[in-house]
Amino acid sequence: MDFFSEFFQAITNMSATSLAQHVVNGVSLGSLYALIAIGYTMVYGILLMINFAHGDIVMMACYFAFFGITVFHIPWYFTFIGVIIATALLGAVIERTAYRPLRDAPKNSVLISAIGASFLLENLANYLFSGRPLRFPDIPLLSSNIEVGDVQIQAICIVIPIMTFLSLWLLLHIVNHTKIGMAMRAVSKDYEIARVMGINIDRVISITFIIGSALAAIGAFMWGVRYPGITPMLGVMPGLKCFIAAVIGGIGNIKGAVIGGFILGLGEVFIVAFFPQLSGYRDAFAFIVLIIILFYKPTGLLGEKTTEKV
Amino acid sequence: MDKKRNMLLTAVCVVVLFGAACFAQFELDSYIRRIINLCLIYAIIGLSMNLTNGFAGQFSLGQAGFMAVGAYVVGIFTVPVELRENVFYAVPMNPLIADIEMPLWLALLVGGLLSALIAFLIGTPVLRLRGDYLAIATLGFSEIIRIIITNAQSFTNGALGIKDIPALNDVRYIYIATAVTFLFITALINSSYGRAFKAIREDEIAAEAMGINLFRHKCLAFMLSAFFAGIGGGLYGALLGTVDPKNFLFTLTYNFLLIIVLGGMGSITGSMLGAVIVTAGLEFLRIFDEPMALFGMDIPLFRPGFRMVIFSILLMVCVLFWRKGIMGTSEFTWDKFITFCKNPVKYCLGKGAK
Repeated sequence: MDFFSEFFQAITNMSATSLAQHVVNGVSLGSLYALIAIGYTMVYGILLMINFAHGDIVMMACYFAFFGITVFHIPWYFTFIGVIIATALLGAVIERTAYRPLRDAPKNSVLISAIGASFLLENLANYLFSGRPLRFPDIPLLSSNIEVGDVQIQAICIVIPIMTFLSLWLLLHIVNHTKIGMAMRAVSKDYEIARVMGINIDRVISITFIIGSALAAIGAFMWGVRYPGITPMLGVMPGLKCFIAAVIGGIGNIKGAVIGGFILGLGEVFIVAFFPQLSGYRDAFAFIVLIIILFYKPTGLLGEKTTEKV
Repeated sequence: MDKKRNMLLTAVCVVVLFGAACFAQFELDSYIRRIINLCLIYAIIGLSMNLTNGFAGQFSLGQAGFMAVGAYVVGIFTVPVELRENVFYAVPMNPLIADIEMPLWLALLVGGLLSALIAFLIGTPVLRLRGDYLAIATLGFSEIIRIIITNAQSFTNGALGIKDIPALNDVRYIYIATAVTFLFITALINSSYGRAFKAIREDEIAAEAMGINLFRHKCLAFMLSAFFAGIGGGLYGALLGTVDPKNFLFTLTYNFLLIIVLGGMGSITGSMLGAVIVTAGLEFLRIFDEPMALFGMDIPLFRPGFRMVIFSILLMVCVLFWRKGIMGTSEFTWDKFITFCKNPVKYCLGKGAK
């Protein structure tokens, strides 16, 4: 009873201002999740594997940004571009070394290799940059507060959704209206047939990883501005949650990943807002949603139904 | 003739191992004893993980969570009642359990059973999933268990952890638990259940068509695996003398993943070997964490964290270039061992050619 009375108290105490604040927080968190989830969903759509290292690619991108701005004093807009390029390269290298040799191996080996790659990145970051949390460089233009009515909003909270939708628009354009996009769709539809029809599978997969990692880099940069502490384990939880977001939306479906990201982001923020005593469990929310979705709609919200052939 | 010889060899081997164990307990220093004990505990948990991942073919990554359950049951119930006030100084212990004290063996058993119960509750929805989804869901649950432990402060002392767990003086617990786990899993794998597990691993649809109840067998494997992981976790907690939610991060599961990958997914003796190699290797690699000077020059490479980098590279190399591990899916037999001893080079080459 205590639980519900606190819930109602939280609702009745909530003014329009704080509600708007929560919505803004939820939307910006959801947009970040969406950006990272796209990387998972694209790789899964083509290779049918979880790129466990994706979360750690996000973490590495944060460190790249830290080194660019704080250590080498490069202006943040150049660093931003540099981070995207470096991270995309990192993604391509990981695909090349950890996943390509196992293309015809059993699925479990690929999964173990992905876990190994993720673990290696974490340990490498821990070794190279030390486990102590570093502070993401302060970018006054993005981290300053602006007032809209009574609501105090960090500028980055407005930039995040805009950047997300710009990237999404660009991505959908690439996937739907270019030749390489067509090849990607063909590979994700039927890997073998695409190969037989003369599509260079390795190139398509490399480009998929490059695009996914570049989006992760954009997400990581904004993540760093919004949540400035960077540690080697930074990418783990967002990584798991974003994979879940991709599953919720229907794995392999780009728009689904975005919807899933928003569901998780808003859900998490509102759980903490409405049930303050549950705030310790906010990380568990995503996993509970995952179980519910897999129980009732295993293909996700926008996923296509598939049947397994004997 | 051969059968007799093999039994004799096994008996000799058991006696030698027993002698070695006694020798280790009385003669060797505490550091080496500790490594041996850790090897055996890791072997228990490696075996339990191999049961689901190697034999039943269900890729589960929840071992750290089940270990945490076992370790916390031991931590909560074996601390003497009069000491608890000191341990639970931030939030007093929940009166429901504040006066219950158990001997270690009972706490281990309760921990194992509780793990199995949790595995049953988790398994009912999760075991419908396959491959990657199952891996993510079990990983998620192991994190949820950890989050619950961190937040349920009146039961588990939250992030502070439980200290003052009575030291595990009697190592017979570890030896007996390892032997029982080994014998039980060997017997299970050679029974009809074991064959059903392997059938599910090879082809679920075909296994179902042969009349194997998929869900029942998967759930059984998952629960047994959780039971042994709980016992292993309990021993781990007792050996460390303290439990803390941070000990049971999901990265702990990767240790056991390396053990079963190195030893061979689906080989009991492989897991035992893997456990010894990985545990001893991790201890040996500690020298890489310390600054090292060669010919009077400091090598900047050696500093804390290098050990884990090597460890993760080993995991990658193992899965990229040596997918079958040491044993593959076969077991250690005396016949093979003797052939190997007669001509190791030919044996390895012959195996490679196949």
